[in-house]
Amino acid sequence: MKTLLILGAGTGGTMAANRMAARLDPREWRIVVVDKDQNHYYQPGFLFLPFGVYRPSDVVKPKRKLLPSRVEVIFSDVEWIEPEKNKVSLANGASIQYDYLIVATGCDIAPEETPGMTDRWHENVFDFYTFEGACKLFAFFEKFQGGRVVLNVAEMPIKCPVAPLEFMFLADWYFTQRGIRNKVELTYATPLPGAFTKPTCSIMLAKVLERKNIHIIPEFNLMEVDNDKQVIRSYDEIEVPYDVFVTIPVNKGAEVMKRSGMGDSLNYIPTDKHTLQSEKFPNVFVIGDAGNVPASKAGSVAHFMLDILEANLLSHIQGEPMRARFDGHANCFIETGFDQAVLIDFNYEVEPLPGTFPLPGLGPFTLLGESRINHWGKLAFKWIYWNMLLRGIEIPLVHSHMSMRGKQSIPAKSVLSSAD
Amino acid sequence: MTAPVLENLKLDAEGFMTDPSQWTKEIAMEIARQEGIETLTDAHWNIIEFCRKVGQQSGKAPTLRQITEGAGVSTKELFALFPKGPAKKVAKISGLGKPEGCV
Repeated sequence: MKTLLILGAGTGGTMAANRMAARLDPREWRIVVVDKDQNHYYQPGFLFLPFGVYRPSDVVKPKRKLLPSRVEVIFSDVEWIEPEKNKVSLANGASIQYDYLIVATGCDIAPEETPGMTDRWHENVFDFYTFEGACKLFAFFEKFQGGRVVLNVAEMPIKCPVAPLEFMFLADWYFTQRGIRNKVELTYATPLPGAFTKPTCSIMLAKVLERKNIHIIPEFNLMEVDNDKQVIRSYDEIEVPYDVFVTIPVNKGAEVMKRSGMGDSLNYIPTDKHTLQSEKFPNVFVIGDAGNVPASKAGSVAHFMLDILEANLLSHIQGEPMRARFDGHANCFIETGFDQAVLIDFNYEVEPLPGTFPLPGLGPFTLLGESRINHWGKLAFKWIYWNMLLRGIEIPLVHSHMSMRGKQSIPAKSVLSSAD
Repeated sequence: MTAPVLENLKLDAEGFMTDPSQWTKEIAMEIARQEGIETLTDAHWNIIEFCRKVGQQSGKAPTLRQITEGAGVSTKELFALFPKGPAKKVAKISGLGKPEGCV
């Protein structure tokens, strides 16, 4: 009997467990999943919690129910990984020998990395990348009567690079609904040179920010939070005053990667960006945001990785060359408020382009432009996530490799004018 | 207007050199000037040399964290030497591609 061990049962780990349970012969393979938390959170839903669009019950389900019955599930922290010995030691005292390891331990916020950030944590400084942070921010916003809302990304890379923008767009909508938008100043300070990581998309989103009267401070590199003066301060001594500070703190991979000597300076595992195999250990594969591949740290990316991971893992088991190559495909709905959303579809090489998705000319989704159908797509995604994506079921017409079908190859300049 | 020392350089759309073997110290000094750094001091060169070394070993420009940890410089000092985005700026001056942290 051989063992496939999967560390982490978030988006990537759950999908991988479901897919591999359907592929590996139960008479030959035992599949074990380890996770510290019994609850599975629909992380894309955290964005909607502070504004009351989703309730806490919309985004939580027990993990066990999302995994197939043949999978052994152990709820425990991971103490130590010894990849040379194919061995994992758990906090509950048990240890597991594996033949193959899939690492899906994800990434998390690390507010303690920034001086002063945790001084008044969840009092007037909030995150919305955790269930707790998003829920507490909802309670805070309910009583908020106006003032300066400052949002900042501490350092790239972060999980879901579009979420900060969506947060601002939804805040604009939320305060408008409450009739106090004129009393709220919205400022977005980012280390990036513009609104987003990719140039064409950045220009398009900058227009939307401007239209909604959301101020952007680019190239702001956060040094510290000064809660006596209520300012955030950058390394080049620029101060931005706030009444409430919403932070996307430094994101880091799991601490166990550092303890085990498997991570880089942010605890991400060096991973081959095309095969998804660990650069150091041939029987270790990495899915989702636990690795250092230069793609967005997002659920859609983990989903597109799944087919590649499956193919390469099966090839490797059979002693054949690994032929599947991940192209960095990401597909993200960007909620822009007032029942509108933008869809972007891109990979390592091709930045987000305008057009229609998934069908050329027909859509129904609009790429790099706002539409109501895109917004419905964003909301429908919750159902797709729980019922298809996590179970490793393929989504019709949406493929692992990015397709140029429906995309217009036009330079940034013309997008600028068409977005007017 | 292109400075003579930068003629025939292979650059990508964002001005990063695509062929690190074309790099010389004169090119570095000229790119630095264009990025608003008039004179490269020993402190600058220390970091540039570290980045060149990382680039040669891994084929990638180091991230901000790799620089502060590897070159023995604080983040604050790094921002003073290469204002605004130091990882990007020093990668450009060192003739390397855009750091991959920027996705």
